[in-house]
Amino acid sequence: MSLITILNAGLATGTILLFAAIGEIFAERAGVLNLGVEGMMLLGAMAGFSTSLATGNVWLGLLAAIAAGGLLSLAHGVVTIHLQADQVVSGLSLTFLGTGLALVFGEGLTGKNPPLVPKFDIPLLGDIPFIGPVFFEGHSLLVYVGYFFAPLAWFYIFRTRPGMHLRAVGEKPEAADTMGINVYRLRYFYVFVGGCLAGLAGATISLSVSPGWYSAQTTSGQGWIAIGLVIFAQWNPLQAALGGYLFGALRRGILDLQGPPMLFGFRNPLFINSNYGFFLQMVPYLLTIVALMIGSRAAARKRLGAPAALGVPYIRGERGL
Amino acid sequence: MPFRITFEKRIEEIPRWMPAATSLASVVLAFLISGIVLKLVGGDPIRVARFFYTATFGSWAAFSDTIVKATPLIMVGLACAIAFKMKMWNIGTEGQFYLGAFFASLVVLIPIVPPETPRPIVILLMALMGMVGGAIWGFFPGYLKAKFNVNEIITTLMLNYVAILWNNFWIFNKWSDAGFQMTPTFARSAWLPRLTDYAREYGAFIAEGSALANFLVRIGLERISGMTLHLGVAFGLVAAVVVWWIFECSRWGYEIKLIGDNREAARYAGINIVRNMVLVMMASGALAGLAGMAEISGVVHRLQERISPGYGFTGIIVAWLAKLNPFAIVLVSILFGALIVAGREIQPSGLAQMLQGIVLFLVISSDVFLRYRIRLARTAAEVA
Repeated sequence: MSLITILNAGLATGTILLFAAIGEIFAERAGVLNLGVEGMMLLGAMAGFSTSLATGNVWLGLLAAIAAGGLLSLAHGVVTIHLQADQVVSGLSLTFLGTGLALVFGEGLTGKNPPLVPKFDIPLLGDIPFIGPVFFEGHSLLVYVGYFFAPLAWFYIFRTRPGMHLRAVGEKPEAADTMGINVYRLRYFYVFVGGCLAGLAGATISLSVSPGWYSAQTTSGQGWIAIGLVIFAQWNPLQAALGGYLFGALRRGILDLQGPPMLFGFRNPLFINSNYGFFLQMVPYLLTIVALMIGSRAAARKRLGAPAALGVPYIRGERGL
Repeated sequence: MPFRITFEKRIEEIPRWMPAATSLASVVLAFLISGIVLKLVGGDPIRVARFFYTATFGSWAAFSDTIVKATPLIMVGLACAIAFKMKMWNIGTEGQFYLGAFFASLVVLIPIVPPETPRPIVILLMALMGMVGGAIWGFFPGYLKAKFNVNEIITTLMLNYVAILWNNFWIFNKWSDAGFQMTPTFARSAWLPRLTDYAREYGAFIAEGSALANFLVRIGLERISGMTLHLGVAFGLVAAVVVWWIFECSRWGYEIKLIGDNREAARYAGINIVRNMVLVMMASGALAGLAGMAEISGVVHRLQERISPGYGFTGIIVAWLAKLNPFAIVLVSILFGALIVAGREIQPSGLAQMLQGIVLFLVISSDVFLRYRIRLARTAAEVA
């Protein structure tokens, strides 16, 4: 167990949360809360895994994962945007639906070995001491994509015209509508984008970080952690990426803590009695709660935070739909 | 398209039969859709449907199994209903269920009372402890929401995972039965009485060939022994009446509904929202904890790793399908209990879960029929 291995593996695990959280940021910035991330991720993980297995082509697998997450999210879109159902309940049912679909179609996938997302070193950059082995050695392509993706998402949301429209739709849809922006279309689009990214996050698990299909254990609540991360990150992709990597490193470090008999010069209690590992496994979930508390307080203090129209269906005029 | 679909906002009162009708239609439609999906993955929907019926309602014994599974759902569904009524999204009933089971088993495992204590006292104590355990687990998210405005959906959900890990630690570390992921079986005094026990006790009093015995034979009830239906279902029914009373007759229920419908109005009316948030989460947790107690005391008779096939999550759907009506929750629980009984045997294993997801989706979608009148109208082009 060395710091470099933990950080290196943490970046890989964190990439899962990065994609899922940024996807959710897009949807929430447009004013639609989608609690179905866990379900979309699981469906994406299953779709990617099985497609890669069936076709022998991992790229088709990634594409299938993205499509599966996106398609599932459209169900949430129809129900919340057009039928104006409660976004909380709809998101929950999306999680049930996605999990159920993934388990039904994923029957018999356990133990199979499809082609995985390739891993490689970045030449030159990989030679930098410490930074090289952490950031640029032995990662899968998806991790490198994540490095670019977070800043790009930030730039898109805060520095471009379409990004401004996105924020307008989530902050004050009436005003956006007056400006000639199609609120419904944009909301559908960003819910779809969020779904696609959740699907990709799922495939990041099943085809790269911890390859395999372990039914519902595949995601084990990471979709929910991603939603918590969005609040912690105050709807900012860069902070979400940072939080994702932090959580990733933590999850990974917890696994590694159980190995050595000595820890910082003391006898490692986990080595003597592995049952204390149950408490360590609680840490990511408890930390999500702590992160939420910090996020909620900071948001309250800076008067910064949730898009004003988050969770509120937009009804144009009196005509309803 | 020659027709255009128009939505008109309903101004008049919704007909009383309509919410029930849309829920029922959602369930029927969900079964149909699931059948189609099953066909797609190469299954035989007709055979599965026939199996579903015989395994759940086909005989008294099967029906008893169904009720056993419905029992925790009733209590968890009520737990969700009381929180959802106030728009507190308690997604943590699963964790509260586990912690209720943990606290209830403390009575036997520490032990708090000696094993020779009479059964009613042990049971009562376990039920109280179960409710305390669930209430504690509901308190934290409620307090965090009330004081720091921390999103209760995420906190309750995260605490689910923590509760399961917490139980596992004690099961594996302290009370493991010979290294297995379960504690030793509880003494009989900690078991909720079951029908099969009554059969043993009173069966001797029913004379062979008597009118009562003949009657029991005629309705197919002569073999009560072996039926696992336990007293927990009575807990559920009593809880349903209590929750109904809270909603319909008590001042507290009125406050809950008012906060749920319009938080600002409630604040102006001088209702203490912060206190109610914590109280409602604790009440909700207590009901889920009681369900956990009933499950270990009535069914598994020990604390073990997996005591819930997702009762907490199914309870959410139950509550919503029943439109938060306590008595409807009892009925819906029986249907979903059947789904759990059959779901254990049906392949592929995710089918029951998928069906639940589809049901919930259709229910919330069908709400649009309650809010709008939907009309088919000829388009202008067609008229011209």
